[in-house]
Amino acid sequence: MVAPQKQFESPGFDTLKEGIWKDNPVFIMLLGLCPALAVSNTALNSLAMGLASTVVLLGSSLLISMMRNVIPKQVRIASYIIIIATFVTAVDYTIHALSLELYNALGAFIQLIVVNCMILGRCEAYASKNKVSTTMVNATGMGAGFTLALFMIGSIREILGFGTFFDIPLFGPDFQNWAIFILPPGGFIVLSLLLALFAFVEKRRAPAKTEKEGGHGS
Amino acid sequence: MSGENIPETPSLPSSGRLILTLATIAMMSGFVVVFVYQVTLEPIARNHRMALEKAVFTVIPGADTRVNYLLESEGLKRLDDEDIDRANLFAGYDAEGSLIGVAMQASARGYADVIRVLYGYSPERECIIGFTVLQSSETPGLGDKIETDPDFLANFECLDVSLNQEQTGLDNEIRAVRQGTKTEPWQIDGITGATISVEAVARALRESADRMLPILAGHLYELTEPDDISPDRGPYLSDSKVDAGFNPDKE
Repeated sequence: MVAPQKQFESPGFDTLKEGIWKDNPVFIMLLGLCPALAVSNTALNSLAMGLASTVVLLGSSLLISMMRNVIPKQVRIASYIIIIATFVTAVDYTIHALSLELYNALGAFIQLIVVNCMILGRCEAYASKNKVSTTMVNATGMGAGFTLALFMIGSIREILGFGTFFDIPLFGPDFQNWAIFILPPGGFIVLSLLLALFAFVEKRRAPAKTEKEGGHGS
Repeated sequence: MSGENIPETPSLPSSGRLILTLATIAMMSGFVVVFVYQVTLEPIARNHRMALEKAVFTVIPGADTRVNYLLESEGLKRLDDEDIDRANLFAGYDAEGSLIGVAMQASARGYADVIRVLYGYSPERECIIGFTVLQSSETPGLGDKIETDPDFLANFECLDVSLNQEQTGLDNEIRAVRQGTKTEPWQIDGITGATISVEAVARALRESADRMLPILAGHLYELTEPDDISPDRGPYLSDSKVDAGFNPDKE
């Protein structure tokens, strides 16, 4: 979770980076794993899922942060859920209107963004306690981290499973689909490998954490 | 938020305020949802129409206009695009306005879930001339080959569905056979590793064709004379005059 002292600092690069690397929702906090496993079978699906979740996260964080002093804390979770559900419904309709193919590929998992722990967790732990600007920077970082994580899983699964990247064939016509990576077990395998990679890199970086920023491109 | 040092329960604000907050948020939410729904209604409907159109033209090669119909045992009813959800038969016409084939939906339980397919039927050749999967959750890499396998799809270049002499059902039942053992034009050459999915496709087509084609046979003349597909429907003019006598209540 985010250190509480952050809330008094300027909305800077730090809180943005937290979501992408140090507190990456999927690889470090292990939140939102359900969509990360379920719809990450291709790069496009995972990117769309990541972006949809990011839009919901940004919208609900903005509203909750704006209304943080108005919502009584006894009904805050109920309020958050209504706000999140509203954005999810809007995103659901929008994707449906943009591309039927994508909508069918993502299936029920668009609606299920509403129960994504990452979003409710961010709202409860950050948006409800911080001013709008900081919240938005933090939500952007978290959303980017979530999208990046899904995109990494999705790319690996698509390349190994279908031999394509964004539907562009990579290995020629003789490629035999490695079906396990498209199937649910493939999601678990790729996720666990990436988790191990992240843990390994974190451990290696740990001694030199303070001085080095490090490139975190995939 | 964390200013109080008294435990939570005594500091409860009046329930009026709680209700007011929730009601306000819920109303705002309702407004946003309705707004987005209104805005996206038309594009969503258009997407569905386009997807269906694409599927219809895939299974009726050579068609470039379509007319929706509802085919029931009572008769054939033409539907506008607004009622497209009720349609169960789509007639495909070429640029000259002559009927190439009709597309119908069929479904059967597959390995994972119900498989819904659309198939094209050519009355002239009495065979299924096209096939596409509308919805399936078959296993990727195995069962989902029914959507892509070229050898399997080649079954539907002309799959024999000729009717029996009494026009009550299929002359020969559509059957799935093991890969490479197809000998008759009404057999479907299977896919190794996708037996259940292939059999589901065969069952869906068999049941649908057996039920729908005899009904369709009695109404075929209505399809060959579409109302406003093309201004000159030359070759069918004489036919339609004859047909009109048989069916006075035709529109």
